[in-house]
Amino acid sequence: MSQNGSEPRKHTIAVLVENKFGVLSRVAGLFSARGYNIESLSVGETLDPSMSRMTLVVRGDEFVIEQVTKQLHKLIDVIKVSDLTEEDHVEREMVLVRVNAEPAYRAEILRIADIFRAKVVDVTPLTYTLEGTGEESKTGALLDLLRPFGIQELVRTGKIAIARSPKTKVRKVEERVGKAREAIKDPAKEQKITGFVD
Amino acid sequence: MKLSGARIFLECLKREGVDVVFGLPGGAVLPVYDAMYDFRGLTHILVRQEAGAGHAAEGYARVSGKVGVALVTSGPAATNLVTALQDAYMDSIPIVAFTGQVPTHLIGNDAFQEADNVGITRSCTKHNFLVKDPRDMAETIKEAFYIAGTGRPGPVHVDLPKDVLLKEAEFHYPEKVHLRSYNPTYEGHPGQIKRAAQTIFRAKRPVLYVGGGVISSDAAPELLALAELTQIPVTTTVMALGAFPSDHLLSMGMLGMHGSYWANMAVYNSDCLIAVGARFDDRVTGKIEHFSPNSEIIHIDIDPSSISKNIKVHIPIVGDAKRVLARLVQEMAQEQGGQLPDIQRAIREQWLRQIAEWRQKHPFQYDWDDAVIKPQYVMEEISNLIRGEALVVTGVGQHQMWAAQYVKFKHPRHWCTSGGLGTMGYGLPAALGAQAAFPDKLVVNIDGDGSFVMNSQELATLAEHQLPVKTVIINNGYHGMVRQWQEIIYGGRFCAIDLSASPDFVKLADAYGCVGIRATKPSEVVPALEKAFATPGPVVVDMVVDREECVFPMVPAGGANKDMILTHPNKEQKAKAAKSQTGF
Repeated sequence: MSQNGSEPRKHTIAVLVENKFGVLSRVAGLFSARGYNIESLSVGETLDPSMSRMTLVVRGDEFVIEQVTKQLHKLIDVIKVSDLTEEDHVEREMVLVRVNAEPAYRAEILRIADIFRAKVVDVTPLTYTLEGTGEESKTGALLDLLRPFGIQELVRTGKIAIARSPKTKVRKVEERVGKAREAIKDPAKEQKITGFVD
Repeated sequence: MKLSGARIFLECLKREGVDVVFGLPGGAVLPVYDAMYDFRGLTHILVRQEAGAGHAAEGYARVSGKVGVALVTSGPAATNLVTALQDAYMDSIPIVAFTGQVPTHLIGNDAFQEADNVGITRSCTKHNFLVKDPRDMAETIKEAFYIAGTGRPGPVHVDLPKDVLLKEAEFHYPEKVHLRSYNPTYEGHPGQIKRAAQTIFRAKRPVLYVGGGVISSDAAPELLALAELTQIPVTTTVMALGAFPSDHLLSMGMLGMHGSYWANMAVYNSDCLIAVGARFDDRVTGKIEHFSPNSEIIHIDIDPSSISKNIKVHIPIVGDAKRVLARLVQEMAQEQGGQLPDIQRAIREQWLRQIAEWRQKHPFQYDWDDAVIKPQYVMEEISNLIRGEALVVTGVGQHQMWAAQYVKFKHPRHWCTSGGLGTMGYGLPAALGAQAAFPDKLVVNIDGDGSFVMNSQELATLAEHQLPVKTVIINNGYHGMVRQWQEIIYGGRFCAIDLSASPDFVKLADAYGCVGIRATKPSEVVPALEKAFATPGPVVVDMVVDREECVFPMVPAGGANKDMILTHPNKEQKAKAAKSQTGF
């Protein structure tokens, strides 16, 4: 039931955390303790090895998502939480699928793989193992088309996502560019410009 | 200088300003006790059960404003401590609990007295740590105290494997803590504070709804200033008793399930509710749609996740109650030019008159009886005798609610109770902790016969250290609150509530080396209390009270506060209460 009338929908939440033991169970525990379901979760180290980045997919109305975000923030080991659903972002997941491939159907399976730019990563006399990446809708469609042949086993990574270009950063850079231009017009100001490059 | 992990541990406690540790030794934590043997500057109080160590640390923390410390061993000691951790978590009490752990190479091996301590306490602490290397000891302890005492306070647990306590490491005490992922917001947003000030200025029927956060941030003076400047009546939660003087003209006492009728009516009819350091608990709000349906809600809290959790807030202000209230007072003073304009004053007087009418109509009341002691009467007499100067601690149950209704407070940090978790057995060990913080103050533990026996073993601790806690047991021979619910909501189907087989509390006190006193008639109440307060050392007063007295007013769980049951309900009201069981 929604408290504020908004419909439950999927949210992709990026969580930057300290790369320490126990952090994953803190995050997972937060969800299980409140009965919220995580649809997918993927974790990996970031450029800075002292931090990890989690991508969570959660279904909920605005009220639930607001609480999820606040509760994540409350965890001592969480550095940053952003709901990517609210901004421009790119998302991918990868699936590995082993599908029945009897001689008569091999060509067709390859055609389907080709259309989805999926790769054959393993072959046996009676099976293909395909690697497909893309947005959920794309991997979903690939699986729908493979299903009639008989999927033996399926593994998905869960979604990972990245913001296209954080708005605030763009604004800051624009400001700095603006200041730099002014400074060129007025050399007196030039001294004051520092830290143009992060 | 190289020191053992255990010695580093003690050095760190000393540098954190810890003077008392509540603890109980055992195998895994023995290296600490060995180091304590010739360590000066720490008092160790040996409790008789580990939950007692946790609650004592809570009591100590609540009355002193410092971080309380508990120290116990691994396995069963750690699991015994869990209730106290959850209690401190719910009530935002800053404690740091240390548990021993089996040596690191045995962790996960089902070793003797092993439990997954950090796994178990993860969900009932603000944060927890497992120290895997003595080189991390000092920094971890510094962080633990910092996290426990800052932001929204809470319990922190540190697990200490035996080998880490034995191994040596270079000791450097870090002067500063930096946690990039933990930066509580203390200053409220100036724009939001301005908006709040304007809203309060416009309000016709404002109410200040104050929670334990005001005690935690020592914001009582700022609260008083704001209430007086703007003539806004104040109601407090059970955690905030003492945050506002009970005898003040603007005080409405406690609100909620067993709160005052006038406080609940004021909140219901309010057009501007200013919540400060409170979290809209279900025992406060009752049926949430009928809590304060027509008010604009301003919510000041240091924990963003408390805001708009249970109820939609119109003006959220994240920050420390003390600082935000101080800014709000400034803002209001500017807006009003130092005092309320005449037109506002007239509107406010009308509102206060209305509240006074509600108060006259349904004050707290009970029927006097010449033969039987009424528990409410005991509370009134305790209140008369201590005059707001004693530290009052309670267990959980009917006696707790009567104490909250009838005892009058003058100062903050003079009241310890288990509000959020409702932990029976909290009273005695918490009183022990409060007394350890202030050995010369009068500490009164108001307890129930059911609640008291859950931790009565701590009488031994009190006797050993001659901590002069005065325990008053409101003895009705029942689990009274459960009996009350079974009577009113479950149609009188009484089940598993009779405690008439309790021990003789006077003899029990005597057996522990404490003084026992009994009162069975109303005329004996005052002499018994006077004698108890005048006797040195720990005392237990067995107040044999009316067995079937109920706490009123009362909102059946899930019901609306405005429909409080005011006195003993008739059949029709009972039927309605039984139906209202959508709550718990």
